[in-house]
Amino acid sequence: MRNNQRARPFAGHRKNLRSLGLLLLCLMVSIGTARAVSDPTELLANPAQEARAEAIGQQLRCLVCQNESIEDSSADLARDIRTIIRQQVVAGRSNQQIIGYMVQRYGTFILLKPPFNGLTALLWGTPVIALLLGLGIAFGAHWQRRRRPQPGPAPLSEAERVRLESLLRS
Amino acid sequence: MSGMEQPGIIRRRLLLGVPLVLLAAAGGGWAMMLERMQQGEFDPHSLPSQLIGRRVPDFTLPGLTGAGFTGADLQNPKQPMLVNFFASWCVPCLQEAGVLGEIAKGGLPIWGIAYKDAPDATRAFLAQNGNPYARIAMDRPGRVAINWGVYGVPETYFIDGGGIVRWRYAGALTDAVVQRDLAPLLARAEKSAS
Repeated sequence: MRNNQRARPFAGHRKNLRSLGLLLLCLMVSIGTARAVSDPTELLANPAQEARAEAIGQQLRCLVCQNESIEDSSADLARDIRTIIRQQVVAGRSNQQIIGYMVQRYGTFILLKPPFNGLTALLWGTPVIALLLGLGIAFGAHWQRRRRPQPGPAPLSEAERVRLESLLRS
Repeated sequence: MSGMEQPGIIRRRLLLGVPLVLLAAAGGGWAMMLERMQQGEFDPHSLPSQLIGRRVPDFTLPGLTGAGFTGADLQNPKQPMLVNFFASWCVPCLQEAGVLGEIAKGGLPIWGIAYKDAPDATRAFLAQNGNPYARIAMDRPGRVAINWGVYGVPETYFIDGGGIVRWRYAGALTDAVVQRDLAPLLARAEKSAS
């Protein structure tokens, strides 16, 4: 959904590039922060306020594309929501109030980072559960092996004993 | 020795089957999900409306030709009704036009809110595809839609006789959806009215 990969102003001004690595790093950084904001008038004049608005937009999911943030999406609805965020930032509302305003309308789905509650406990707990399960299996197998040591190799049969002796003798 | 080895080998073979069983279960679940998606019973992109069980937010919108309507009209409706967000530029809206016409003929009033649409385009759309709406309001900036939690057009809301939103459908209405979701709601609304 990103149809206008516009690098942000000031992102490309790097003089004295010492190595290709640094150049590549800059490229990666500028690509990483490319915004769907196509209209410069959309940005707030006050850099601190603009930074706040961007930080809020990056936590919110674009409801049309569903896998991009409001800041990254070029969808119409995302642009409207960006505008609302900026209006509320200018109006002096707190980050929490603005995010709450969006959650009230679109539910917690709009949060790219789901909150921890009864419904999402399993989601957040899965890594811990998987780790504990893995440790449990590993320790279980270990203890079982120690409690019931594997029998050593079977004693040699008569034919094997004879062959071994002939080998040692030669 | 062989007496101890045999059960071990059987256990190992059984363990080999575990991934196969898990894979079969996952495949079965996947097939079921695809089937339900095809039947329209499951849409992975749909999200629940925050308006369910509540009244619609306050708003005032201009009409297409005459007067528009306000949130108060929908918070205290005279009877159960549908509110349909649509636009002339929206292809699924074209697809559901026939279904909406049938619902309106059946006696359930539908009020339309044209989302980000130019009045001339809305008029042309209604002239071409039929006008199922009892009343039409224009939400050109799309801000009322955001207050409702609309994330695309068409979206259809069922408001019961008490002014409470009971159901929201995002996407083109089909006969199957009307039968499955709307018919029971209407039956319940009629029962509580009588």
